[in-house]
Parts: sequence; structure tokens; C-alpha cells
Amino acid sequence: MAAVLLAPYAVMLSTALKPEAELRVTPPRLLPVEWRPQNFRTVLRDPEFQTWLSVSLTVAFASTALVIVAAAPAAYYTARHRFRGRAIFLFLVLVTQMFAPTALVVGLYREFFELGLINTYTALILVNAAFNLAFAIWILRAFFASIPREIEEAAAVDGCGRAGALLRVVLPVALPGIVTAAIFAFIAAWNEYIVALTLMTDASMRPLTVGITSYVTAYVQHWDLLFAASVIAIVPVVVLFALIEPYLVGGLTAGSVK
Amino acid sequence: MVGYPAIELVRASLGRYSITGIYQGSVGLRNYARLVEQDALPTVLVNTLVWVVLVVGVTVLISLALAQLLDAPFPGRRLVRWALIVPWAASLIMTSKLFAWLFDYYFGLLNRVLTATGILAAPVDWLGDDATVMGAMVAVGVFVSLPFTTYVLLAGLQTISGEVYEAARVDGASGLRAYRWITLPLLRPALLVAVVLNLIYVFNSFPIVWTLNDRNPGFAHDTMITYMYKIAFKSALRDVGLAAAVGVVNVGLILIAVIAYLRVARWREEPV
Repeated sequence: MAAVLLAPYAVMLSTALKPEAELRVTPPRLLPVEWRPQNFRTVLRDPEFQTWLSVSLTVAFASTALVIVAAAPAAYYTARHRFRGRAIFLFLVLVTQMFAPTALVVGLYREFFELGLINTYTALILVNAAFNLAFAIWILRAFFASIPREIEEAAAVDGCGRAGALLRVVLPVALPGIVTAAIFAFIAAWNEYIVALTLMTDASMRPLTVGITSYVTAYVQHWDLLFAASVIAIVPVVVLFALIEPYLVGGLTAGSVK
Repeated sequence: MVGYPAIELVRASLGRYSITGIYQGSVGLRNYARLVEQDALPTVLVNTLVWVVLVVGVTVLISLALAQLLDAPFPGRRLVRWALIVPWAASLIMTSKLFAWLFDYYFGLLNRVLTATGILAAPVDWLGDDATVMGAMVAVGVFVSLPFTTYVLLAGLQTISGEVYEAARVDGASGLRAYRWITLPLLRPALLVAVVLNLIYVFNSFPIVWTLNDRNPGFAHDTMITYMYKIAFKSALRDVGLAAAVGVVNVGLILIAVIAYLRVARWREEPV
């Protein structure tokens, strides 16, 4: 079963290791005759690839930071306090999830066009942060809610003060949750395609997901480079994902059962 | 952040735009009237229905089996779980490109494997043939939806305590009967989340249809989402107002689908 899931990606890797001439042989072969790890070097040295990579890194890191800064207080507050409209707030947060970016690109394009933010980092960072906020709030809320209030109160009594208790006791205990939410947001931003495709019309402002597609168009067909670039983009994400795997199940139930 | 574009979308759907995107005033509901007149609309609607129903349906069925399997410990379970993560972590557009390559008529490995093993007599042009392109897209859609769905269902399975099964065994229910009468009902909350979120994601899924269908002209295999995108940015129409109307209809369709599903799910809940 693992093999079925991984087989396509194995082909990706093997194609990334083929010299260009070998891509177009019939019948196609699974493994390269001549191994060509240089493809990876070609991609890494490609100035365009470096641009895409830096755009992707900037957008993913900045939007993740924004998500956590915005989501943590909101999640903490909704987990600890019952206030009027709390259920509505949480439901509204979920509704924003329903408007997937694809349904909104036209509106988004007009919004940023009028703000003059087409082809800026700001646009992409804001959009990514906004779309990942909902999920982050739900996951974090569950983590905060699972921390017994007594721990916090005990710390406050012991002379930490409320802020101190929050900083020194609650945050460390909730750290796995924060890491999970952060990685989730990072991956979503890293993989985002349609908004970037629409808002970043300038070739020098494209992130990886949009950029790599220019390796294979109607005019040029560098499947080897496309897949080498894809492997470079996918591997770190898979590692990150594997790291939060234990929390994944917990985080998802937290959202689903409530 | 989501609110403004949503409002802007509705406003745009009521307006008229020049080909360069300059707002030229309101036209009321005329964009919707024009949308109804589009020749491609029935095809696109049917495509969307087929796409959503098949992808969500098949995904949930396979995921139920997968989750059941992964819930029980077995050697190599860790490996399978990690493998399951890969299609989730990989960007959709990269996976779509990868499948476009695998499906390739001349150089794709799929034809090679199928003809070599004798399953197919002659290679098939998966993405160029009207008869197979939807099937190919659905297969990829299921492939990338499996991880998330399986994890949600797995999370649901793990909240069911072992004692329930023991009680069932004492009462003489085991195997399939236990699954039908105990696991499935208890799994309902997770199943609900899995189906609803998948409905939304699959309906709005763009990269797969966009990538695998890019060789085919016209709208014959587009879903609502790629149809909208083509109207707004790619086709000769370049019509923001019309595209926005499609967008609004989209959100409406999703809401209807989700509400309809919730109704059916609740309705079933009562007799049990």
C-alpha cells in the first residue's frame, strides 16, 4: 500500500535523474540508463529558480508568523472565556474556510488591483495568512482548552501574575499545538497555487508552485528539471509533515468532535 | 480579508467590465442572464457534478478501509502512515504535473505498464481522449484527497473505545455486523466532517483539472472553477462580470451541497 502511494513520486524522482534525451524514448523506461544528478545542480543554480524559492520562503514564513500571532490570542480567548457570540464567532471562522481561495480569486484580484498591491509580497502574505487563520484558530483552541485551568491559576498564585502564568506556563504546555498550527499554515502557504498565479503576474515575483510550471509549457518541455525542482520543493515539506504526524490525529479530532 | 473579496465578487457579478478590467457601471442581473445563455454551462455543470460526486464518494470509501487498516497495529504501519502523508504534503500543482507526465500518450509509464502486462492491447491517450480524461482527473482527485480524509476518519476511529467492541462481542456481534452497527454510527461525526470538508475542497479544486485538461480546447471538461477562471483571465471573453457571476453561483452550489448532505446525514440519524 505504501508502494502504491509512493510509486508516482518514485517516478518523479527517477525522471528528475534522467538526462533530457532519455525522456523521449519509447517505450519509456522506469530507471534512467545514465544517472544525471546534475539536474538538481542545474535547477539550484538557475537564477529563476532561486527567485521562486526566495519568494516562496518569504511568503510562507511571513504568513505563518502572521497566522500564529493572530490566531493564538483569539484561540486562547475563545478557549478560556465564554462570551456572547462565541459560538457564532467560531462558526464564522469556519465559514471563511468554505470560501476556498479559488472561488474568490476574481474578487481578490480586484481588491488588490484597487489597492495597488498586485505583484507584492504583502498581497500574497495577507491572503495566505487569512486563509490559514481559521484552521489555526480551531486547532489552537482545542490545545488551549485541553490545558487545565488549575495549572494556570496555581502559577498565578505562586507569584507569576496572570501575564507571567500565560507566558511561562500556558505557552510552553501549548507549544506542540502551536508548532502543529504553524507547520500546517506553512505547508498551505508553501503549496498555494491559484492566488499566486493570479496576483503575481510579474515573472520575478512568482513562488515555486507557479514558477516551476514554466519548465514545461507548450514551447519548452524540461520535465527533468520540473521534477528535480518539485523534489526539492516537496522533500522539506514531507519532513515537516512527518514531524507533526503524531499531533495530526489529535488536532483533527479536536476540530471534528467539538 | 475574506469578507471584502466576497462582497467585491457579488458587486462584480452585477457590473460590466471592459476587456482590460475597467468598471463600467452596474448592469443588474444581466450577467446571470448571460451565464444561463452560455452554451458551455450545462456541460460544465454536469462535469462538476460528476467530478465532485465521484471524487468524494470514492475517496470516502477507500479512506474508510484505509483508516480501519491503519487503526490496528501491524508491522510497517509507521511507513504506511508516512507514505500517506506524501500526497498531502506535496503541492497539488506538482502532483498534477506528475500525473500529466504519467498519463502521457507516448512517454508516460502508465501506458507502458498497462500494455506490458497485457491489461491494455494498445496505449490510450488518457488526457486527449474525451472518454478518459474525466476518469483520469477523478483518479488524481481521489489520490490527493485520500490522506486528509483517512486522517480525519482515523482520528474518529481512535475516539471509539475498545470497550464498546468488547460489549458487542459479548452480545454476539462481530466482524461486519459490528462494523455496520457500531463503528459506522460512532464514526458519524468524523465522517460528517470528512465529507463536508471534502465537498468544499473538491468543488473548489483547481490545479488538477487545470493541469490535466490544459491540452483540450473549449470547456468540454471544465468544472465550474476552471470555467470561471478561463472566463475571467484566459478565454477570449475576458469578462470579469460574467466570471464573478459564476463565482457567486459556485458559492451557492457549495452551500446547497453541504446543506443537502447535512440534511441527509441528520435524517438518517433518527431511525438508528
